[in-house]
Amino acid sequence: MAHLKVIREDSTLRLHCSGRWDALRLASVIETMQAEVLPIRNTVITFDLDAITHFDTAAALLLHRDIRTLEANGNEVTLKIEDSAVRRMFEMVGRHAHPEATFVTKMPGMLESVGVATVEFIQDTKGLLAFVGETSWTFVRLFSSPRTFRWREMLFQMNESAIKALWIIALTMFLVGVVVAYQSAVQLKTYGANIFIVDMLGISILRELAPMLTAIVVAGRSGSAFAAQIGVMKMTEEIDAMRTMGLDPFAFLVLPRILALMVMMPVLIFFADVAGVVGGMVVANIELDITMTLFLERFREAVDIKHFWVGMIKGPFFAAFIAFIGIYRGMLVKSDTESIGLNTTKSVVEAIFAVIILDAFFSIIFTNLGF
Amino acid sequence: MACIIKVDDVVTRFGDRLVHDGISLNIASGEIYGLLGPSGCGKSTLMREMILLEPVQSGSIRLFGDDVSALSHGEEQWLRGRWGVLFQSNALFTSLCVAENIALVLKESTTLSPVMIDEVVAFKLDIVGLSQRDGELYPSQLSGGMKRKVALARALAIDPTLLFLDEPTSGLDPISAREFDALILRLRDMLQLTIVMVSHDLVSIRTTLDRMAVMDEGRIAAEGTLEEVLQVDNPFIRSFFGGVSV
Repeated sequence: MAHLKVIREDSTLRLHCSGRWDALRLASVIETMQAEVLPIRNTVITFDLDAITHFDTAAALLLHRDIRTLEANGNEVTLKIEDSAVRRMFEMVGRHAHPEATFVTKMPGMLESVGVATVEFIQDTKGLLAFVGETSWTFVRLFSSPRTFRWREMLFQMNESAIKALWIIALTMFLVGVVVAYQSAVQLKTYGANIFIVDMLGISILRELAPMLTAIVVAGRSGSAFAAQIGVMKMTEEIDAMRTMGLDPFAFLVLPRILALMVMMPVLIFFADVAGVVGGMVVANIELDITMTLFLERFREAVDIKHFWVGMIKGPFFAAFIAFIGIYRGMLVKSDTESIGLNTTKSVVEAIFAVIILDAFFSIIFTNLGF
Repeated sequence: MACIIKVDDVVTRFGDRLVHDGISLNIASGEIYGLLGPSGCGKSTLMREMILLEPVQSGSIRLFGDDVSALSHGEEQWLRGRWGVLFQSNALFTSLCVAENIALVLKESTTLSPVMIDEVVAFKLDIVGLSQRDGELYPSQLSGGMKRKVALARALAIDPTLLFLDEPTSGLDPISAREFDALILRLRDMLQLTIVMVSHDLVSIRTTLDRMAVMDEGRIAAEGTLEEVLQVDNPFIRSFFGGVSV
C-alpha cells in the first residue's frame, strides 16, 4: 500500500511518503491529500519521497497535480528525492504531462437525438426501397440466365431457416390451439354451444393465428440469423471480396434467402394449421366430449376452404418482409461490434411490426373482397 | 538480472497435434525477448499460456516466481495488474473512443478521480506519440499505425512491468513499423519494462530484441542473442535469417 503521513514541524509541514505508489494502491494517499493537505494555505511544505519503494506514472502525475494546486494556494513546496529511479520518473512524467486534458464523450441533446432519428428513419426507408429494387432487378435478370441461380444455396437456406424451425413452430401452435380451445370451451359450455368450438378454432387458426405465429417465430429465429450472418460477412469484408471477384452478393446471398423463405413459409403455415387444430381437437375431446370423428365432420361442414387459402396467401408476403428486413439490417452493419447487435435486434422488432401491419391490411382487403 | 518468466518443459497437445514438445526458457527482467519460429510452431500459444488465456497442459510456467497454473482468483487478478498485452488485431473496444479505451481499466480498478484519469490518459497518449485530439476519436476513425499505438497505450494503462506484444509490427507500413520499434525501445527505457514479443519482422528482430528463442517442431531450436542464434545450424534459421548480416 502507498502511505502518506503528515508531520507538523513548527511552521513547516513535512509529508512523509512511503510504500508502493502505483495506480492500483493510491486510494489512501488520495484520501489523505484531499482531507489534510490540499486545504492548507501559505505554508512551507516538504514532500519526502525517500521511503517510496515503487513509483509509477499515475502516482507521479497525481503528485505533480497536487503540488501545482498547493503552489497556487500560496504554499512553498520543496521536494526531497534521493532515489534516482523516483526522481527520473517524476521528471520524465513532468515533461509529458498535459494537466489541462479533458476527454468528453458527447451526449446528444433531445433535439439532436430526434433529428438524427428522423434522418436515420428516412435514410433507412430509402435504403430499404433501393434494396428491394436491386433485389427485384437481380430476380428479373435471372430469367435471362436461369442457370446462374444458386439452387444449392437456396436449398440450404430452406433447410436452415424453415425445416429446422418446423418443430418449434408446430409445438408453439399446438399449445396455442390447446389454450384457445380450453378458454373457449368454458364459455361455450355455459351456452350449450359445444359444437361451435370447431367453427371457432378452424376459422381463427387457419385465417389468423397460424400465419401470424409462424411469421413471428420465423422473424425471431431466421430473420435475426440473416441479419447476423450478413452483418458478420460485411464486417469481415467478405461481401466486398465477392464484389471484387465479380460475384453479385444479391445473387449469391440475398435472393436465395428471400426465395427460400417465401417458398417455405406456406409449408410452415400448413404444419402450424395442423398442429393448432390437433391441439384444439384434443381439448374438445377431453373438455366437451366431442369425438375426433365428430370434430372432423363438423370441420368439413363449417370451415370453408377459403379460410385456409387466406392463411396460405399471407405466407409468402410475410416471408418476403421478414427476409428483406433481416438481410437489409445485416447490410447496414458497420465495422464496430455494437452495430451488429443493434441491427440484429432491429431486424426482429421491425420484421414483427411489419408482419402485424401487413396482417391488418390483409384483414381489410380480404373482408372487403368477401373472403 | 532477476528472472521474470521461467518456462519449464511445457508440453501442449491439440488433439493429435503436438504443439510444444518440452519447451524451456528464461526471460530476465528488463530485456526485450523475442519468440520466433515458422507459423504454426506454437509461439502465440506459448504466449497465451503465459498470460492465462490457455491452460498449461504439462510442465510449468512461472511469472514473477509464481506457477501460473496454481494461482487463486485473487492472485490471477494481481498478476493481470502487472502486465499489459498488445494483441495482433489490436482488440480495441470499438464502441469506446480512444480515451475511454485507455481509461477503462483505470476507471474500473483504481480510485483515481475522473480529472486525474483524463490526465493519466493524456500522458499515455503523449508517450506513445499521439495527440490529445486523437483521444476523442473512435477506433474506426484511426489508421492502422494509430490503432497499434492506442492498443499500446491501453496495454500501458496501469504501468505494467511486463509487456506482451503479439506481432507488433505486422500489418504496419515499413515507416510505421520502424517508428514502432523505436517507440518500444524508448518506452522500455522510460518505464523500465520487460518485453516479450512474438515477431516475424527481421528488421525489428535485429533492432529491438536483446535475446530470442527460435521455436521449431515443438522444441527450442536456439536461444540467445542474435549472434548466438545465427551460429546454430537449423533449416528454419538458415532460411529465415538468410540475408541478415549482423
